[in-house]
Amino acid sequence: MAIKKQKELDIEEKSPENRILSFPDEVLERVLVFVKTHKDRSAVSLVCRDWYNAERWSRTHVFIGNCYSVSPEMVARRFPNIRSVTLKGKPRFSDFNLVPPNWGSDIHPWLVVFASAYPFLEELRLKRMTVTDESLDFLARSFPEFKALSLVSCDGFSTDGLASITTYCRNLTELDIQESGIEDLGGSWLNFPESFTSLEALNFANLHSEVNFDALERLVARCKSLKVLKVNKHVMLEQLRRLLVRAPQLTELGTGPFSQDHKLRSHIDLESAFSNCKNLNTLSGLWEVSSMYLPALFPACTNLTFLNLSYTALQSAELAKLLQKCPLLRRLWVLDTVEDKGLEAVASSCHLLQELRVFPADPFEQEVIMEGGGNGVTESGFVAVSEGCPNLHYVLYFCHQMTNAAVATVVRNCPNFTHFRLCIMDMRRPDYLTNEPMDEAFGAVVKTCSKLRRLAVSGLLTDRAFEYIGTYAKNLETLSVAFAGSSDRGMQCVLEGCPKLRKLEIRDCPFGNAALLSGLERYESMRSLWMSACNLTMNGCQLLARKMPRLNVEVIKEDESDDMHAEKVYVYRSVAGPRRDAPPFVLTL
Amino acid sequence: MEGGATYVSDLGNLKATELRLGLPGTDAPEKPTPENPRGSKRALLEANEEFRGKSKSPEADPNGQEAAPMAKAQVVGWPPIRSYRKNSFQARKAEAEGAGLLVKVSMDGAPYLRKIDLKVYKGYKELGEALENLFKCFSLGELSGMEGCNGSEYAITYEDKDGDWMLVGDVPWEMFISSCKRLRIMTGSEARGMRSSP
Repeated sequence: MAIKKQKELDIEEKSPENRILSFPDEVLERVLVFVKTHKDRSAVSLVCRDWYNAERWSRTHVFIGNCYSVSPEMVARRFPNIRSVTLKGKPRFSDFNLVPPNWGSDIHPWLVVFASAYPFLEELRLKRMTVTDESLDFLARSFPEFKALSLVSCDGFSTDGLASITTYCRNLTELDIQESGIEDLGGSWLNFPESFTSLEALNFANLHSEVNFDALERLVARCKSLKVLKVNKHVMLEQLRRLLVRAPQLTELGTGPFSQDHKLRSHIDLESAFSNCKNLNTLSGLWEVSSMYLPALFPACTNLTFLNLSYTALQSAELAKLLQKCPLLRRLWVLDTVEDKGLEAVASSCHLLQELRVFPADPFEQEVIMEGGGNGVTESGFVAVSEGCPNLHYVLYFCHQMTNAAVATVVRNCPNFTHFRLCIMDMRRPDYLTNEPMDEAFGAVVKTCSKLRRLAVSGLLTDRAFEYIGTYAKNLETLSVAFAGSSDRGMQCVLEGCPKLRKLEIRDCPFGNAALLSGLERYESMRSLWMSACNLTMNGCQLLARKMPRLNVEVIKEDESDDMHAEKVYVYRSVAGPRRDAPPFVLTL
Repeated sequence: MEGGATYVSDLGNLKATELRLGLPGTDAPEKPTPENPRGSKRALLEANEEFRGKSKSPEADPNGQEAAPMAKAQVVGWPPIRSYRKNSFQARKAEAEGAGLLVKVSMDGAPYLRKIDLKVYKGYKELGEALENLFKCFSLGELSGMEGCNGSEYAITYEDKDGDWMLVGDVPWEMFISSCKRLRIMTGSEARGMRSSP
C-alpha cells in the first residue's frame, strides 16, 4: 500500500490553466500506477513539482542502468516505496574478459541501504554485478517478503549463497541464475523446506553439479504455480519425464541432455509426458541430442514461440524436422553447426520469425575454413533467412565470411531491423568476393533500417562506414565497434550524427584524443562510453575530465609499462560523483 | 606458388586481414617464431587453450613469404562470446575430440584449411587421394610423401595424442586414425627434414 503524502490544495487560488495539474495527490498517484516503463515515469516526473512528487511516491520499480551513476542513498531518498530493483553493473565488454576482476559493481552497499529503506523489497534483478555469498545471505535474512532473484552474468558467489536463499526466503517465487559465474560447491543448495510451495520460476541450467533429484521432484510436485523450469545437464530424460508429469502447466522448459538414458523405459512415455505440456512457449537446453529421442518433443512444440538451441550442436536435418513442428516460432537461437542448410530450413518453416541468433560452435577456430568445408554459416544462410522471414527485426550472426551484396539483400528483404549485430569473426576481414571493405554493407543497413536502435559492426571498415552511420542512423542507441575505422573522423561522425546514442563501446580502433574530445557535448546524454586499445592518452582523458565535471572518466591501468597511453577508458555520467570503491588499477581522473 | 585466382588476388589484401595485437596504425614488430623442428614439437600458437589471451606476437610465415598468417595469435575477448558460453564449448570440444574422427587438415601456405572425417577412408592410399583432391587448387601436384617418393616437396604429417608431429604412414592405419588429432601438409625444406629423420 502506498504511503500517501497529504498536501494542502488551494484550488480556488490557482488559475484555470493550473487547475488541471492540481489533482489531489491521491488521484494522481492512482493514475500513475498505470504508468509502468521507466522512460514514461521519468517523463512524468519532469512535468512539474507536483507530478515529480506524485511519481516518486507511487513508483514501485526502479531501473538503474549503471550502478555508479547514482548512489543507493540517493535512490532511497527519492523513491520511498520501491518493491523491485533492476541494477546493471560492469561495462558490457567485461563479458569478454576486457575488465579485470575486482573492478567493482558490488551489490552489498546497495543491500545495506535497501535493508533499512525498503524492508519490504520483493525483487532484485542484477546484470554484471558482483554478488558474494555474504550478500546473498544478508539478502535472504533482511527481506522477509523477498520474492524474485535474477542474476544474469553476475559473479562472486557460490552455491552456498544459493542455499541461503532457498533456506530463508519463504515467499520466493523466482530464482534465476543464468550465465553467472558461480563457484559450484555441490548440489545441496536446493533445500527448500517441505512447507514451501510458492515457486513459479527456477533456472539453474548452467550449474555443473547434480542437485538432489528427489528434492527437485518433490519441489516441482508441490509448487502448483511453477511455470518456468530450467534444469541442468545432470537431469536425464527419465528424470525429465517425471518432472513433466508433475508439472504439465509449464510455460518455459529447459531440459537436460536429450541423449540416451537407459533408465527411460520407452520414448512413448516421454512423448506422452510432452504431449501433456500444452502451454509451453519456450524451450531450451537439449545439450546433446540423439535423433532417436528428438521426436518425443514434437507434441509440445505447437505453441512454441522461443526456441533456444544455442547450447546444442544440432545438424541441419534435425533442425529442419524440429522446425516443422514449430509453426508459431518468433525467436530462434542456434549454433552454426546447422550451417546454411539449416538456415534454409528456418526460412521455409518459420515465417513468423522475428529474432534469429546464430552462435559459433567453435569460436576460437583460428584459421578460416573454406566454403563447403563443413563449418559454420555464411552469407547465403543469412540471405536465405531474410527471404523466408520478412518479420525479422533482431539478428545476431556470427560467421567467417560475408559480402556487401548479401547484407544489402538481407536488409532489402527485412527493412525493419531494430537490432543488427553482425560479427565476422576474422578481424578486419573484407568482403571475401570483392575484397573491398564492408562499409557498403553497414551503409545499406543504416540507410534501409530507419528503426535501427542497436548496431554491432565487424569486418574491414574504413571511416566511410561511420560516415554512413552518422548520416543515417538517427535512432541508434547502442553501437559496438571493434578493429574498425581509419581515423578520428570515424568516431566523430558517429558522435555528431547519432542524437539518440546512449551506449558506445569501442575496442582496438584508431580513434584518439581528438575523437574522444569531439564528443564533449554528447557524453552527458549517454549512459556510457568504453574505449580500449585505441589511441587515447592520459592527457586527453584528463582534459575530458576537467571540462566535464559531471562525468566520471576512469582509466584502467593494468601494467606500468606506458604511462602516457590510456589503455582502457570508461566514461559515464553520474550524479554520485567519483567512485569511492575504485580498486587501485582504476584511476578516476 | 601458383594458386587459384582467388588466392592470388588475396595477397594484396593480406595486410588488411593480418591480425595483430599492436595498436592499429602502428607496425608491430614481427617476431619470427621457430617452426617445427624435425618431426617433433608442434607449432606454437596453434592450441587455443595454451595461448588464450596471453600471446602477443603474431606468427610470421616461416619461409619469409607473403603467405597469409595461418595460426593467429589469440586476442583477448575476440570473438565476443560470453565466458559462460566459451566454457561450455571447451568442455564439449574436449568430449568430441575424444570420440570423433573429424580432423583438420592444413597446408603450409594455404590460407584455408579443411576438415575431413578419417573414418571415411580405408587406408593411407584413399587418404592421400582425398588430400590431393582437397588441396589441388593450390597446385599440390603429386602427393607422394607417404610413399616415400623422393621427387615431391611435400610431406604429410599429423599431430598425435601426445602432441608430437609424426610422418603419416609409419604406423598401421587403425593405430593412426585412433591417435591422429590433426593433419598438416608440410612444404619445402621442413618436408625434406621430416622424411629423412629416422
